Amino acid sequence: MEHKIINSDVLIIGGGTAGCYAAICLGERSGLSVAVADKADIRRSGCLAAGVNALNAYITDGHKPIDYVKYASKDADGIAREDLLLDISERFNAVTADMERRGLTILKDSSGKYISRGWRNIKINGENIKPILAREVRKQKNIAVYEHVNITDLRTDGRVRGAYGFGINDGAFYEFRARAVLVATGGASGIYRPNNPENLPHQMWYCPFNTGAGYCMGILAGAEMTAFEMRFIALRCKDTIAPTGTLAQGAGARQVNSKGEIYEDRYGLTTSQRLWGTVAENRNGCGPCYLRTTGITADQEESLYRAYLNMSPVQTLKWIDSGYGPSVRDVEIDGTEPYIVGGHTAGGYWVDRERRTTLEGLFAAGDAAGGSPQKYVEIAAEGIIRYLQEYSEYGDSERLNSQAEAKKAEYEHHINSTSGTYTPHQIETAMQKVMDEYAGGIRTDYIYNENGLKLADEKILGLTELIQPAEVSDTDDLLALYEVRERLIVARVLIAHLMARKETRWRGFQENADYPEKKREYECFINSVMRDGKIQIIRKNLVHIGDDQA
Amino acid sequence: MSITINQSKCTGCKNCICICPGNIIRLDAERKAYLKRPSDCWGCLACMKSCPVQAITMMLPPELGGQGGKLSLRTDGHRTEWTVTRSDGTRRTIITDTEEANQY
Ligand SMILES: Cc1cc2nc3c(=O)[nH]c(=O)nc-3n(C[C@H](O)[C@H](O)[C@H](O)COP(=O)(O)OP(=O)(O)OC[C@H]3O[C@@H](n4cnc5c(N)ncnc54)[C@H](O)[C@@H]3O)c2cc1C
Ligand code: SF4
Ligand code: SF4
Repeated sequence: MEHKIINSDVLIIGGGTAGCYAAICLGERSGLSVAVADKADIRRSGCLAAGVNALNAYITDGHKPIDYVKYASKDADGIAREDLLLDISERFNAVTADMERRGLTILKDSSGKYISRGWRNIKINGENIKPILAREVRKQKNIAVYEHVNITDLRTDGRVRGAYGFGINDGAFYEFRARAVLVATGGASGIYRPNNPENLPHQMWYCPFNTGAGYCMGILAGAEMTAFEMRFIALRCKDTIAPTGTLAQGAGARQVNSKGEIYEDRYGLTTSQRLWGTVAENRNGCGPCYLRTTGITADQEESLYRAYLNMSPVQTLKWIDSGYGPSVRDVEIDGTEPYIVGGHTAGGYWVDRERRTTLEGLFAAGDAAGGSPQKYVEIAAEGIIRYLQEYSEYGDSERLNSQAEAKKAEYEHHINSTSGTYTPHQIETAMQKVMDEYAGGIRTDYIYNENGLKLADEKILGLTELIQPAEVSDTDDLLALYEVRERLIVARVLIAHLMARKETRWRGFQENADYPEKKREYECFINSVMRDGKIQIIRKNLVHIGDDQA
Repeated sequence: MSITINQSKCTGCKNCICICPGNIIRLDAERKAYLKRPSDCWGCLACMKSCPVQAITMMLPPELGGQGGKLSLRTDGHRTEWTVTRSDGTRRTIITDTEEANQY
């Protein structure tokens, strides 16, 4: 493999929504040199490849940032970092205005005011949100973008000084040397068996190409992670797994069971309760469940067709192809497999208010950062600028050189091994089956117990050992191999977190059958650190606004 | 979800290969694009939007309720013309415009 070395002040791993926005901020507000590395093409990489049609975070007239903080904290049953949430909420509106200035289309009334969807949501046309962000990144002279480069590990000698990866197209070994690193690789999907496992495993809500790489590299380097057990399980349009917010919040559709009864009120209206209610209705023999859309006008239906084409086009195809649009037939809903997504729930890196992780030199943003739902990335950029004002050495010690050589040799070993035991795909399918059956997947209505988790842990460890001799014949396979490695590491940490929360806090998202009640002693964060391959659990206090935050 | 590439239309420009967020489209020996890992497709349609000759379409698989209809599109600046061709040959066209916000 050719060895490419790239030097910059800042390395951003992942040019998705968070990574691009942070890059633009660094480009415009500092003279720092920035390298952005992404496994795909930043014009359409990550979660928002197909587009988006609302900004889920906006403070409308008559509301204050603290209202959002309290809403998000309550939705997570108190397990939230209100300090982080407040920083984020205070900037929502400025970021929105900034995105509009950069070309994002936002729905407005005749007086020029944004039209909201509820009190914390605005309607946009975000089909082109990624192309807009990518164009803005390219305008910055001090930013260099490296696409189709898959990053697997951090370059670290105690302080994080860059990262290693390989070129998916050019087959080169990439060594990024940097003074500060931002992880923005999104969350982790594909850990559990999905809704359509046989032929359409990637017919999922979360981006199937966000495989938990950023979590994995941090975990292996000893970073502290938080709240993985607060999994995110999405309530989505059945089969297509398309988002439902546009129907529920946008068109005001209520959740009804097959008898036509509105059931959402009976279970509560937090995100996990809405999911739980649907699971319970199905279990009680009252399914299938639906969002009641029948009766909407032809005009409304047309708008919905367009809205879905700009976000999840498969749903519009389904409506038209089947001949039953949402005006004549309610939309069936179902729960997805569990994901780890710091943007929706609190799982991810433990960060401080500067978005520093517990590893010196490493920052986290977007779905990779934990502690609070709905991240904001400009804060990470500001933190990095402040950090680099004080810190100037590069570090290129012998230790780092031999680390790079070892990583290169590891990639070469896989590429050159002509025969192997199993394919990455086989290992991945086996992992998804284990997690589904023993760690609270779809099969058990998301419920788990300790004995099952112990078995899951043993089996996941066993699968990890199949990675070294796996069958790889080109860089596409190498990519698949590292993706499954990432998922297996994330799965292990997730199991440890599920085990450590000996209560049931978010029925649906986390239901421990051995401890079916909520307990006061678990009003805390469950954090973890991996040391010498073992996972240690640490408890951290909740942070409420007004508390003294370290 | 899985897209279909009509190789007789494909010019081998590699746009779709570059843009796919999952790196799952490749060129074959005849320099035509093909979906190397069909089961890994997310259905985001980034490839379809990038194809200059409309060689890429999407069909809904039967387990998602597909009836054989095909989705194709043509972009022109900020406008996109989407067409669903049903199995009986009837067509339905919808136009989206990135300068018009969603109403929901
Ligand atoms: C279908 C869908 C609809 C959504 N709708 C909304 C909505 O309406 N409103 C809203 O506010 N939010 C919505 N969200 C949530 C929002 O998209 C995410 O919270 C946001 O995109 C997270 O940004 P991110 O940068 O952390 O992740 P992403 O935008 O996914 O970016 C992650 C990036 O990291 C790259 N990457 C991953 N692994 C590696 C690696 N190993 N090496 C190099 N690069 C790597 C990826 O290619 C990608 O570019 C939606 C999400 C989905 C999936
Ligand atoms: S639809 Fe998306 S994931 Fe599927 S091949 Fe096209 S670009 Fe790739
Ligand atoms: S974008 Fe279209 S023409 Fe270009 S390689 Fe892909 S399928 Fe072929």
